[in-house]
Amino acid sequence: MLDIGLSIVSLARFQFAMTTVFHFFFVPFSIGMGVLVAVMETIYAVKKDKVYLDMAKFWGKIFLLSFAVGIVTGIIQEFQFGMNWSEYSRFMGDVFGAPLAIEALLAFFIESVFIGIWMFTWDRFKPGVHAFMIWMTAIGTMLSAIWILAANSFMQHPTGFKINNTTGRIQLTDFGAVISNPQLWRVFPHVILAAILTAGTVIAGMSAWGLMRKKKDENHFFKTSLRFGLWTSLIFAILSAGAGDFQTQQMLKDQPMKFAATEGIYKDTKDPAPWTVVELINAKDKTTSHEVEIPTVLSILTYHKTSGAVKGMDTINKELHAKYDKQFGKDMNYYVPPKTLFWSFRVMTGIDLLIMLVAFFGVIWSRKKKDTIENKKWFMVIVGLTLWVPFIGNSAGWFITEFGRFPWIVYGLFTIADAVSPTSTVGTLLFSNIVYFLLFTLLGGVMIWYSRQTLHHGPYYEMEDSKQNVDPFAKEAFVK
Amino acid sequence: MTLANLWFILIGLLFAIFLFLEGFDFGVGMSTRFLAKDFDERLALMTSIGPHWDGNETWLVTAGGAMFASLPLMYASLFSGYYIVLLLVLVGLILRGVSFEFVKHAETKTGKNIWMWTFFLGSFLAPFLLCLMLLSMVQGIPMNANGDAFPKFFDVVNLLSVVGGVAGTLLSLVHGLNFIRLRVEGPLRERARKLNQILYPILFAGEVVFAVLVFFQTDFFTKRFGSSLVITLLIVLFSLLGYYGVLKDREGWSFAGSGLSLSMVIVLLFNGLFPRVMIATNPAHSILIKDAANSQYTLTIMTIVAGILVPIVAIYFIWSYTLFTKRINPKENTVKY
Repeated sequence: MLDIGLSIVSLARFQFAMTTVFHFFFVPFSIGMGVLVAVMETIYAVKKDKVYLDMAKFWGKIFLLSFAVGIVTGIIQEFQFGMNWSEYSRFMGDVFGAPLAIEALLAFFIESVFIGIWMFTWDRFKPGVHAFMIWMTAIGTMLSAIWILAANSFMQHPTGFKINNTTGRIQLTDFGAVISNPQLWRVFPHVILAAILTAGTVIAGMSAWGLMRKKKDENHFFKTSLRFGLWTSLIFAILSAGAGDFQTQQMLKDQPMKFAATEGIYKDTKDPAPWTVVELINAKDKTTSHEVEIPTVLSILTYHKTSGAVKGMDTINKELHAKYDKQFGKDMNYYVPPKTLFWSFRVMTGIDLLIMLVAFFGVIWSRKKKDTIENKKWFMVIVGLTLWVPFIGNSAGWFITEFGRFPWIVYGLFTIADAVSPTSTVGTLLFSNIVYFLLFTLLGGVMIWYSRQTLHHGPYYEMEDSKQNVDPFAKEAFVK
Repeated sequence: MTLANLWFILIGLLFAIFLFLEGFDFGVGMSTRFLAKDFDERLALMTSIGPHWDGNETWLVTAGGAMFASLPLMYASLFSGYYIVLLLVLVGLILRGVSFEFVKHAETKTGKNIWMWTFFLGSFLAPFLLCLMLLSMVQGIPMNANGDAFPKFFDVVNLLSVVGGVAGTLLSLVHGLNFIRLRVEGPLRERARKLNQILYPILFAGEVVFAVLVFFQTDFFTKRFGSSLVITLLIVLFSLLGYYGVLKDREGWSFAGSGLSLSMVIVLLFNGLFPRVMIATNPAHSILIKDAANSQYTLTIMTIVAGILVPIVAIYFIWSYTLFTKRINPKENTVKY
């Protein structure tokens, strides 16, 4: 029985991870693209420089592709709390449902209605008014991020609730505390800034590939896009690193175990604490080896000063046992997966640094009017390849957030093992895992394929063969 | 009126609005095979709902979210109990949702056909399975004391649920054809009317069978005879109104009629459910609204939020429809869609 019970939980967890990671490839990208396309169209509306209109239209196509995949995979998220985690839904309904419902009412309607208008009214409204539609969509996507993060932040750091004695379920006592959760307002900036960073990096990368084709009529377009993307990457890579540090301060307070795991520390460090760049972790014996350390840096990263020790996982484990044994029993394992967190953190920050570096040189080398950057083919290839890395970075960031919550689904209150639907069977879960996997492979593949094709055609491509294949944003049926 | 009851009604209302709106989306999607003859016509049909379908679907997302936020025990039992059905609904909605965007980018004939077919299949699957689920659920299913539902195959697929699924799908198709009559010009529009002339009599037969089965297979008429009867008559009456609009070539009447018919189906189900949210084979395990509901505090907040936001949403939602009133001609449709 135990065997089957375990695999139901792991299958349900795997499915949740798969669906959220896939969904989260497209969400930050769409949020960022929405904002950047809105900025492009606004620049056009103000400066009347036609290249910005072309940019808004061209990058708008890529935006719409990712938006489409983003929304359809989003419906899965809303449904699967009930489908796979019904015990969780029962336990958390009083707190968790409200932000979801508000997200739909406040954000999804704005997004979906205004993007519908924006797509079909290029020739109908003045540029300023038309830009307003995409701004509304972009604002809608960001509002949506606030509410889903409000729900997630409660799971990371519950506030404004009590446990109802008769039902044993969570009861909301202070809605204000849920929205003003410090966790939320430290995660939100990080997520939004990383989203814009993602979009900027993709724009820069795709522009690099476009520029390398050296088509005369497209040069100005891709050069402008490239600089737009590089500047965005540079600024937002710096900002999101700062926001990440801001968020870490909260993590240190609320979830010290998560922090210790991202740094791979079992024993308390000395004072001042050295920062481990890389090490080998043996999660079974709870030991580390082959550390490459830089003295004092962890104290600076953690406390922003040159002194202060950092608590290790062993100490925190003892503290958690002292705190929770009465409620959850002595057998609980409070160690979060240390390798996953340690390496996720290094991948995430490494990617941020990499983008920063590429964008920095890119901005410098693309400055001159004469073709400087185009001649550095090796560098253009690097910029082109960099477009993939923010997606890895975003996933790594969520890995830290979500794996670092182990063994709880709601921190300190409810374990993952208790949350799964009692109706689940291995068979149905296997079936849904396979269905989602196939579906996501298809959607992801097609989305990449069509994006590549759009880039290949370039901004001034018009299909000749039949009338339905003319420029998608030309005169359309509703205007005449 | 307790807040919990109010939210039960609100969730019913949200589902009813969803079915009114996405009902014609689904119908238009089905019409790409039943009505359109070539790619241009399919494209014109797709264009007619292009700006709207995403907003329409948001009513379903809102209904789901509202259920989670107000009656979480209903959400948990229903969604986990009908796991496979909802999984397939999701597959349908996903394939349908991406087809709008993907078909624009497809350049080969095969590519275009693939996304047109996923558009059709998704539009067909989703309403059928949703209606199937709802009509299965109101008959009462095996549940335990914890509220976990374990419907067996024949609890999900039986005479009433299949007839309900087919009737809901057919009504969506009819509703979609009425929408096409409003939004498209030329031969497509006339063909839509002609097709509906054939479909309405079949629909009436279906509605009668449906009503008889509801009478025998559910406890709606024993629990609340009067209201169930009135609502059932309203379903038929609104369908008759739609038929009248077809015969007299008044598409406005037809559209309102078929949409209200669809909405009334939800009203019938929620009216019959009350005061329960889930009906168990063993009545002791049925879940009541008052037990499924969230705390008074949460419901109060949600009532305030909904009271402010729903009217605002309604205003810009309706406004967005007023932007697209020009009829689409498949021969002149230049939207790459």
